[in-house]
Amino acid sequence: MEVQQFHYDNKIVKNFLYATMLWGVVGMLVGLLLAFMFLFPNLTDGISWLSFGRLRPLHTNAVIFAFVGNAIFAGVYYSSQRLLKARMFSDVLSKINFWGWQLIIVGAAISLPLGYTTSKEYAELEWPFDIAIALVWVIFGWNLIGTILKRRQRHLYVAIWFYLATFVTVAVLHIFNSLELPVSAMKSYSVYAGVQDALVQWWYGHNAVAFFLTTPFLGLMYYFVPKAANRPVYSYRLSIVHFWSLIFIYIWAGPHHLLYTALPEWAQNLGVAFSIMLLMPSWGGMINGLLTLRGAWDKVRTDPVLKFMVVAITGYGMATFEGPLLSLKNVNAIGHFTDWIIAHVHVGALAWNGFLTFGMIYYLVPKLFKTRLYSIGLANLHFWIGTLGIIIYALPMYVAGFTQASMWKQFNPNGTLTYGNFLETVSEIIPMYWMRAIGGTLFLVGMLILIYNIILTIKNGTKVSDELAEAPALQNVSKKRVSGEGWHTWLERKPIKLTIFATIAILIGGIVQIVPTIMVKSNIPTISSVQPYTPLELEGRDIYIREGCVGCHSQMIRPFRSEVERYGEYSKAGEFVYDHPFLWGSKRTGPDLHRIGGKYSDNWHLNHMYDPQSTSSGSIMPAYQWLVRDELDKSLTEAKMKAMVKLGVPYSEEDITNAQQLMLDQGTQIEKNLYTDPDFAENYEADKKAGGSEFIEMRNREIVALIAYLQRLGTDIKVKDLETTQN
Amino acid sequence: MLKFVKNHMESIIGIEIYPIISLLIFFVFFVVLFWWVFTAKKDYITEVSNIPLDNQNQTEL
Repeated sequence: MEVQQFHYDNKIVKNFLYATMLWGVVGMLVGLLLAFMFLFPNLTDGISWLSFGRLRPLHTNAVIFAFVGNAIFAGVYYSSQRLLKARMFSDVLSKINFWGWQLIIVGAAISLPLGYTTSKEYAELEWPFDIAIALVWVIFGWNLIGTILKRRQRHLYVAIWFYLATFVTVAVLHIFNSLELPVSAMKSYSVYAGVQDALVQWWYGHNAVAFFLTTPFLGLMYYFVPKAANRPVYSYRLSIVHFWSLIFIYIWAGPHHLLYTALPEWAQNLGVAFSIMLLMPSWGGMINGLLTLRGAWDKVRTDPVLKFMVVAITGYGMATFEGPLLSLKNVNAIGHFTDWIIAHVHVGALAWNGFLTFGMIYYLVPKLFKTRLYSIGLANLHFWIGTLGIIIYALPMYVAGFTQASMWKQFNPNGTLTYGNFLETVSEIIPMYWMRAIGGTLFLVGMLILIYNIILTIKNGTKVSDELAEAPALQNVSKKRVSGEGWHTWLERKPIKLTIFATIAILIGGIVQIVPTIMVKSNIPTISSVQPYTPLELEGRDIYIREGCVGCHSQMIRPFRSEVERYGEYSKAGEFVYDHPFLWGSKRTGPDLHRIGGKYSDNWHLNHMYDPQSTSSGSIMPAYQWLVRDELDKSLTEAKMKAMVKLGVPYSEEDITNAQQLMLDQGTQIEKNLYTDPDFAENYEADKKAGGSEFIEMRNREIVALIAYLQRLGTDIKVKDLETTQN
Repeated sequence: MLKFVKNHMESIIGIEIYPIISLLIFFVFFVVLFWWVFTAKKDYITEVSNIPLDNQNQTEL
């Protein structure tokens, strides 16, 4: 048997590791800034691009796609080469994968703070980035599959299966969730509306967790835990069951993010059932990971790599126990919209993704630089400070979630809400937000210790960019069959077969949920009184999207007595038919806004946006003074309306031609309403005199559009004359 | 649970077959999976599970 010599490409692994560390610090810093904004809401006062609503998606995207994403690529590029006994398929593709991904991240770091967002969670980047992500992702898959095809190891280890499933599923999810109609270079509308958009979004959102934060990391677990413990995985049979049942079941669970919403009940129940089932494969995988350390537990005492991995796998177990728990409708009624969810995702992100990444970095860097870790002591310090950070982060958030949910639901004996003012429920949990900020700080300090330790390790080491390896060439047993048999020989090449089966497994769940919701019209009963937004309201809605209001305010009143009492009539599916994209939200740091229309005066909204603490003392909402000052850009209104028409919103030709006039009329009316406040009249007239020719009239400012939108919200239906027509 | 499904799906012709198909897909999926896993040869399992530890790479520390 001929033994071939070849080189592993270590340089690409190193690049991805450096990027992981860099973006890890950035993502965590932004997160920490956000945590402190709960305590000092006007920390970045007046700087629009550092406002909470715009930074929140930056934090989530940086942590998920930049920190964890680069860690995935580093781990996959390192382990695949060794598991397949081959250099990556193409150095050029590796480089495009690396630099393309970093460019997208930089683009995100610029465009998100500037307010370019689709508002769909974890898919906020605008359409040009969506295309770039798809291209880079295909390059990654091409490189991976190419490597598999030229491998020197006949059998595909289970880690490779997880990588393949990740590639296929993320591609499918990303493409279907990002279907949008561009209006301009950086603005688009989701092709789905309301309930359908929500379902597709959470089919994506949930499986971004499943196939970006979980399956690739399970692959890494199946490679790096046996490596670090120097013994094979506990049960390879279990890992096969783990893989297939996990990918088959995971894809169905998305609707558990939409329990008690206007989503059709059958879809909600389907999501619940599959989420409960998901506990089995998840815990099967966790047990398999932990039991790999059987007989090696003494090593866990001394080896920081294993310590990190044990906490990571434990975190995986906790998060995947909590997930099914939160999917039970009665538990979800408490947890949803509260900080419990924030605790849940951070157990996953900090422990599972964070600690597995740290373990991998501590394992890989000494190997890649042919040296020992600079300081085991510092790595241990990082481990303990990080673990403490996770606990101090998560526990207070659980308390905060429970406390706030209980306060929302508390009634007086006479039938009124005990805490009728939403703010009371926020003030109560401020101490928990303090502890969260401290926990987050500890975790970040741990990360900085890692970087110091790694820099010194690298200084002591020697760089090996291309590592020599040798392995016998794969005997091509299928050669004879190729000439003899024909069509089904392709099926016998396992990676292709595997990829096809994995694709089928993940497509079944998606098809069963999404196709009926989009095809069966009776799923969304139309309400005849629901009309499209006026041009000014549409512009206001886009400002709502730009500022990321959806990060803190839901627009979805669940059918609970406590919510109907607090916010008004519960939300109906038919009310959202013109909402491209939907804006239901997933967290209530502030109150729900679905029935805010008509609740307060126009003046109240203006004052509230200018200085939230003046209208609501103790509020943690930041000020949005630029909205009150800036001129509304009306240049795209017609194009936006035309795009909406293409998506099925019934604007007439006349509506579009008269858009400018309609906006001016509605703006003038709001300006008139504002004059009813003598304070406003006085200040505004004074500004007008001082402003000269540069002066922007109130009717043309952004705030007027936003007020128009807010005053419209939820006013289409009056409970008394609710008329539902089934078609 | 079925009452919600039925309300929304009455419009589909031949809907009665859907639950049976779903059950079959599930049943077959897991039966095939476990059948494959339990009949896998011991040699194969040992060989494959040792792939990550297979250090033919001399230069590695």
